[in-house]
Amino acid sequence: MDTPSRKPDAAAQLPATAGATVGRRKFLTHGITAAGAAVAGIALPARAAEPIGKDFPAWATTMGKPLSTYGQPSRFEEPVKRYTGSAYGTLAPGTGTARTPLEKLEGVITPNGLHYDRSHNGTPEIDPAKHKLLIHGLVKRPLTFSIADLSRYPMVSRICFIECAGNSSATAISPEPPQGSAGLVHGLVSCADWTGVPLALLLDEAGVDPAGKWLLAEGADSAAMSRSVPMEKAYDDAIVALYQNGERLRPENGYPVRLLLPGWEGNMSVKWLSRIKVTDGPTHTKDETSKYSDPMPDGKARQFTFEQGVKSLITRPSAGMTMNGAGLYEISGLAWSGAGRISRVEVSLDGGATWRDAALQGQALPKSLVRFRLPWDWNGQPAQLQSRAIDEKGNVQPTRKAYKAENAVDGRFHNNTITTWSIGADGSVKNVYV
Amino acid sequence: MSTFKPLAVSIAVAALLGACATQTTDTVVPTRGPNLGRTPTAQEIRAADISIPPSGAGLPAGSGDAKAGAQVYASKCLACHGEKGAGKPADALVGGIGSLATPKPLRTVGSYWPYATTLFDYTRRAMPLQNPKTLTDDEVYAVSAYILFLNGIIAENAPMNAQTLPLVKMPNRDGFVDYSRK
Repeated sequence: MDTPSRKPDAAAQLPATAGATVGRRKFLTHGITAAGAAVAGIALPARAAEPIGKDFPAWATTMGKPLSTYGQPSRFEEPVKRYTGSAYGTLAPGTGTARTPLEKLEGVITPNGLHYDRSHNGTPEIDPAKHKLLIHGLVKRPLTFSIADLSRYPMVSRICFIECAGNSSATAISPEPPQGSAGLVHGLVSCADWTGVPLALLLDEAGVDPAGKWLLAEGADSAAMSRSVPMEKAYDDAIVALYQNGERLRPENGYPVRLLLPGWEGNMSVKWLSRIKVTDGPTHTKDETSKYSDPMPDGKARQFTFEQGVKSLITRPSAGMTMNGAGLYEISGLAWSGAGRISRVEVSLDGGATWRDAALQGQALPKSLVRFRLPWDWNGQPAQLQSRAIDEKGNVQPTRKAYKAENAVDGRFHNNTITTWSIGADGSVKNVYV
Repeated sequence: MSTFKPLAVSIAVAALLGACATQTTDTVVPTRGPNLGRTPTAQEIRAADISIPPSGAGLPAGSGDAKAGAQVYASKCLACHGEKGAGKPADALVGGIGSLATPKPLRTVGSYWPYATTLFDYTRRAMPLQNPKTLTDDEVYAVSAYILFLNGIIAENAPMNAQTLPLVKMPNRDGFVDYSRK
């Protein structure tokens, strides 16, 4: 593959003084002494004619950069960045998506600067000292909280993914398989360690009326993004999140506070959360009717399909990479399910005809990305790589064919189908439909 | 080193006390908060409460019809949504009624949206994209009326207001299947 290059011969990397092949001239120069020592059974080192520095790179013979107050990636990692796409171009540069470069990352935690971002009217610059969260509607006591207030509450932390309902939509609607990288096509999913206040705590302080079956969550951005959430989810595992991977939320991920609904479509984890209204039913906002609903072939549409389906994706190798000759490779990928834990990931090398189990890395946390791996001795012949995830509820990742049968021709949300990477004899990796 | 001794003893005691004392914290969910919320004023709530459900609860005073709405549309909406809501670069707002079960579905406010209240809610909170929340309530009613009129759903002279808007029966009102409990 193109990213990991083969390591140079280890011996060639060793400093010259450590190599068995070096020092012949020095041996001759000091041969007598050394020979004498050898006779005595003591190995005396040869004296170097020059300082050792000539055998080290410049960064080992000069002072390093000063200490920094906030670390940044190496400049050599500059190409590792999000893929941005604005739906309306310069008309609204903040409206669209910034996708995680999945194929350039490893493990399961997405660095904060690379977490995906889907914004409906740009990222607001919110002064946390002026931001408030209002809880009202069908409650005994309407309440408003400052960020300082919320920061004093008991908190929970959990590692979980967020995936946009529109992730992988290109493969849902495009008649020809898109050839963008894994991240460009499937990068509207990321995973972080989120910390915040359980929403249930705040709702209990407000005192939810028994008639309050839903709530409306609304953001402070200029789109005032709003979604209806069933009360059961609020009391199950909803978090009013303040921290992302240990630091305060990034602006494009909802600074200073966002809702976090683990396992549910990303749009519902309302960023820049400023209002929660307890209601007796759903509000039927724009983003739960005209968007993020799932049209079916008969003209009807499924509404409130909240949970993100069981899904997996091989990130290495993936579209756009090149296999660097036959030999041992590691197939590496990500699996996740909005229903809970991933229990199994299978990999096929022949387009789904036969399957073998991949190893799951570490503990498979519920509603989190999980890394899977499988060693693969590529014989240099064409192959079709697929991964298929199964979760603890027994849900099995579907094929594209099954998805197309259940959705209208323009249905593009909640596409959790199996991706196929076709490996050519020339080492090329392409996206194909099978 | 002496400071380590009491800690070691307490760990040993905790271990003797049983599993509770050594339980990992990932199952601990706090159940009580410090009650720091402040009671908002009625005016604070009124100003923030901009969401409009299908019942129309919370719709403001004001009114507007398609004729007035055409003016608003021309100056505030047309650049993105095209002539008469035809779309491009932004979503089409008009047309497509009856197309949803065909091989070429066109999903617009007229053909797809189940409630007219959503049109008012969304326009008032999020449009126009460059300057959201700058239309008056009369303008929002009027431009909503214009879009509904262009779709053939209401008459050109039908005023939209807090009483009439929730009564508008959208063509795709029954086109959604609720999966919130599935």
